[in-house]
Amino acid sequence: MGERSNPFWRSPALVGIASLAIAFAAVEILIHIGAINRYIVPLPSQVLLASPRIIAEEDVLGRFLTTAGEAAAVGLLLAAIAIPLGVFLYRAQIICAAVESWVGALAAAPLVLIYPLFLVIFGRNALTIIAIGFAAGLAPVVLKTLEGLRATRPVLINMGRSFKLSRAQQFWKILLPSALPSIFTGMRLGLIFGLINVVGVEFLINFGGLGQLINDLAERYDLPAMYATIGFVILVSVLFFAGLERLERWLRPVQ
Amino acid sequence: MSVPAIAGKETQAPLPAGTRPLLLVEGLGKSFETPEGVVIAVDGVSFAVAKGELVSLIGPSGCGKSTVFNIIGGLTPASQGRVMVDGEAVSGPHAAIGMVFQEESTLPWRTVLDNVAFPLEIQGMRRSERLEIAMHFVKLVGLDGFERRYPSELSGGMRQRVSIARALGFRPKMLLMDEPFASLDEQTRLLLGDKVLQIQQELGQTILLITHNITEAVQLSDRILVMSYRPGRIMRVVEIALPRPRTSEIVSSDAFGRYVAEIWGDLREEASRGMRHDEIHALRDARA
Repeated sequence: MGERSNPFWRSPALVGIASLAIAFAAVEILIHIGAINRYIVPLPSQVLLASPRIIAEEDVLGRFLTTAGEAAAVGLLLAAIAIPLGVFLYRAQIICAAVESWVGALAAAPLVLIYPLFLVIFGRNALTIIAIGFAAGLAPVVLKTLEGLRATRPVLINMGRSFKLSRAQQFWKILLPSALPSIFTGMRLGLIFGLINVVGVEFLINFGGLGQLINDLAERYDLPAMYATIGFVILVSVLFFAGLERLERWLRPVQ
Repeated sequence: MSVPAIAGKETQAPLPAGTRPLLLVEGLGKSFETPEGVVIAVDGVSFAVAKGELVSLIGPSGCGKSTVFNIIGGLTPASQGRVMVDGEAVSGPHAAIGMVFQEESTLPWRTVLDNVAFPLEIQGMRRSERLEIAMHFVKLVGLDGFERRYPSELSGGMRQRVSIARALGFRPKMLLMDEPFASLDEQTRLLLGDKVLQIQQELGQTILLITHNITEAVQLSDRILVMSYRPGRIMRVVEIALPRPRTSEIVSSDAFGRYVAEIWGDLREEASRGMRHDEIHALRDARA
């Protein structure tokens, strides 16, 4: 019997879950035999058992919603500001030539280090967290939007011109759909950078959602609960990725 | 089949007396500024195309065929001369001209039907009406059954047929095609040639075909304008007196072979000149 008749190997989701289970089992064994220090890395089984406890005692679902809300605000700001900024730079070639390398440098800058400045400007609240998340995600979205628009095949633009498309029609009917895959890559990168910074700043300023809880649990040295909370951070990321993927498929069914 | 006489060496393309040209090109010239100085790509190109005619412009690579295509289509301004379509001067893209490009130009995120309906959507036509018209042209190019497919699900030849249907859906008075089958294999090219002949016959469509393929030009054309290598000039006009309606079976006739040989006789020296020019440039670039 070949692979064709085996549904397990034909389902990427099942293969993914099985890989995760194997990795957890391997860590469990390595901790049991003493190859990994159990005071630094808790047993995966303890982490799983800690999940109901943090739901009941630590309001992890409320904190999950706080962090997810902040990440959603970052995503909306990136879509509303960073994508148009990329379009503006595509149109304004002189300004683009002047600032593109700066935007590239911004992508590599550890913006989280200037969180005190944001604290002074916005105060110790969710606004600071969202602002830092947005600043961290800005550069990849701008750069990938620019890249996608530039990569539009000239023949498509000429085809549009031959049908006498207006400038606005050229943008909405050709440039934007053509650049969508690259823009979505930028949004994914922007959300990764944004979420890392959201959770990082929650941790640093001890305010808000999952980052603050991770800070609390780390200080209490409740490692199983801390790792279980990190699992919820990953869940936020997974949900945003899945949502973006659905949105992209709806906007452009075929790549 | 009798072998018809081949036209003489006139460099203009006169239309029969009293025929009003649909396309009139007069003294067309185009020069480009390059680091090595001014390059004259096209010089003094004049010709006319009558309604319902299929005329090919043939020449070696680098002779300025695509430049002429872009100028007639209104995508590039001419340095000298003028282009008139249906009595109107062309100063930009014109509703009377439907363009089919050498490169694949379907929109990958739209289905075949939505691609063909694209220019009608731009004109603001109602969805039901534009889809009905688009479907008519999808059928005309033989793609019915594929209307809900995306371009990535089609072969190169099918995608070019989508481009032709889209240009026809725009209801142009003249179809301007730039080497539309250049990337296809010979057999597909011959069969698509049949499709172009069938469409031309059914619609009485005026077509100006830009090509470097002698076989394709003879198979399809009423007249062939032979261009020289840079600067591109029309050095000869060949009337193709092969019978119509025509199919690709014509390629096995003696008359077809004579036309191909005659045109190649004219083009050989020009193509060699182009090749030598490219070799000199490649050597110079390698030394630099």
